[in-house]
Amino acid sequence: MSDLEKTPADATRAMVRAERVHKSYGLVEVLKGIDLEVKQGEVFVLVGPSGSGKSTFLRCINHLEKINAGRLYVDGDLVGYRQKGEKLYELKDSEVARQRRDIGMVFQHFNLFPHMTALENVIEAPVQVKGETKAAAKERGMALLERVGLAAKAGNYPSQLSGGQQQRVAIARALAMQPKLMLFDEPTSALDPELVGEVLDVMRGLAEEGMTMVVVTHEMGFAREVGDALVFMDGGVVVESGDPREVLSNPQHERTKLFLSKVL
Amino acid sequence: MNPIDQGSVKTGRPETIKAVPVRHPGRWAGAVVVAVLAAMLIHALVTNPAFQWSVVGDTLFNDQILHGLLVTLELTALAMVMGVVGGIILAVMRLSPNPLLSGVAWVYIWIFRGTPVLVQLVFWNFLAAIWPKLSIGIPFGPEFVSGSTNALIPVFVAALLGLGLNEAAYMAEIVRGGLQSVSEGQTEAAHALGMSQFQTMKRIVLPQAMRVIIPPTGNETISMLKTSSLASVIALEELYQAGHNIFSRTFQTIPVLIAVSIWYLVLTSILTVGQYYIERHYARGANRTLPPTPLQRVRGMFTGRRKPTTAHDVVPGLEGGGHL
Repeated sequence: MSDLEKTPADATRAMVRAERVHKSYGLVEVLKGIDLEVKQGEVFVLVGPSGSGKSTFLRCINHLEKINAGRLYVDGDLVGYRQKGEKLYELKDSEVARQRRDIGMVFQHFNLFPHMTALENVIEAPVQVKGETKAAAKERGMALLERVGLAAKAGNYPSQLSGGQQQRVAIARALAMQPKLMLFDEPTSALDPELVGEVLDVMRGLAEEGMTMVVVTHEMGFAREVGDALVFMDGGVVVESGDPREVLSNPQHERTKLFLSKVL
Repeated sequence: MNPIDQGSVKTGRPETIKAVPVRHPGRWAGAVVVAVLAAMLIHALVTNPAFQWSVVGDTLFNDQILHGLLVTLELTALAMVMGVVGGIILAVMRLSPNPLLSGVAWVYIWIFRGTPVLVQLVFWNFLAAIWPKLSIGIPFGPEFVSGSTNALIPVFVAALLGLGLNEAAYMAEIVRGGLQSVSEGQTEAAHALGMSQFQTMKRIVLPQAMRVIIPPTGNETISMLKTSSLASVIALEELYQAGHNIFSRTFQTIPVLIAVSIWYLVLTSILTVGQYYIERHYARGANRTLPPTPLQRVRGMFTGRRKPTTAHDVVPGLEGGGHL
């Protein structure tokens, strides 16, 4: 138990800190004790076969999934709970929402709001959640669309954009909340091969600006080039972790070798 | 047999195909049968004096009928407003994680959908028989304001309560279907941005659910227009009751009923056309092909073209994925 009794202050050095995180759906345990630490400004890559729990873990970070055991901290704060002494108190919906404001998320299937234009997608949360004025949000929104190379598409609906363009809008939408952490859940897996590059370029730019990013991906080239740390997961546990270049070119575990031989 | 020699055009774009279309002799035979039957029907309608067409014409614009028409329109419109607003509230309650809210909504829908609307109408009308006096006050404590039930619930209000509260139960199921058709990814994306449950519902889910909710709501409105004639059982002088009052005096039952039916047909036709355009409006951005306008549909029938895709054929909740 001594591990779990660490004060949150110990976690402040890390942007994300997972301590023996468990997660089950009914009787199926998907995460079987995940320990990891994402440092500020780091690009942290999660790889592994489907069903290994990497997406589930990512979704735990912004409390889209509730963890069943262990502790998960973002920027020193316990995710989804408040701890008083030994006791944990569930946070109210509004408190969870407040925590999520600072954590941007990009989904595999973009999940843009189809009834809103690209710009409306980007300004929705700043206006509704942060109470920014429409004019100010629009100005920042246009700057963000500019940054992902889509200023010309501001008035288009998602259905009028290619997959790569939709995902870039989704990234701009997440950035509009000025998050301190960005989560990417297989951001290029639903894209045509020739559209993957434009999304990775935007992510590379973000990394260069020092954004802390946790990226679930199958793009090993991206992991090698941009990643600062890499974790290989399988069956709900961390099999191997370390420097991406090191792990990808010289995997230590049989399971990692087998996986990499299939994807590289 | 060099295939190139067979075509009439040897270079460039091949000749546009001008094939003989498939003949439909069955359609022509059927059209003849229908034409004969229609002629017989029209002949019967015109020559049978029992229809009293001059009375029909006079009744159409009779003051009593026109007043009834107005009452029917008011009743339909207000009952639908009650139904839609109540339906949205009930549907959101039904989907709420709060078991109290969803339980209350379930019981409401169970009772109001499970008993005949005719019975509900009569019930509201005879509410005074159960509670002669209605009051506002502290439960089991003192009353602040009170009044006679009959004064508070005149027959129009009783009809409105009967139809509107019943409609809310049906609309709740329609709205629930619409809300559930919006993909979960939409809710997740909104939550991930820090939006509250209420903001997510109002800004993200409900607007998208409208596309699924609108068509059956149009249907419900048309249905309500006709169902409102049931209010005649509590002697509300709406369109049917107005006709009833006339023919119980003149005994010209058939022509009066025809006049009343003509009005119902005119109103439902207007609503049908309106519904098409509302559907087209909400299908924008989601469908590749918009459903045809009524005019296009009629034209298509005569030119024998296949019916284009309608909004119903498109799977709702199309996610952001794929490029159109």
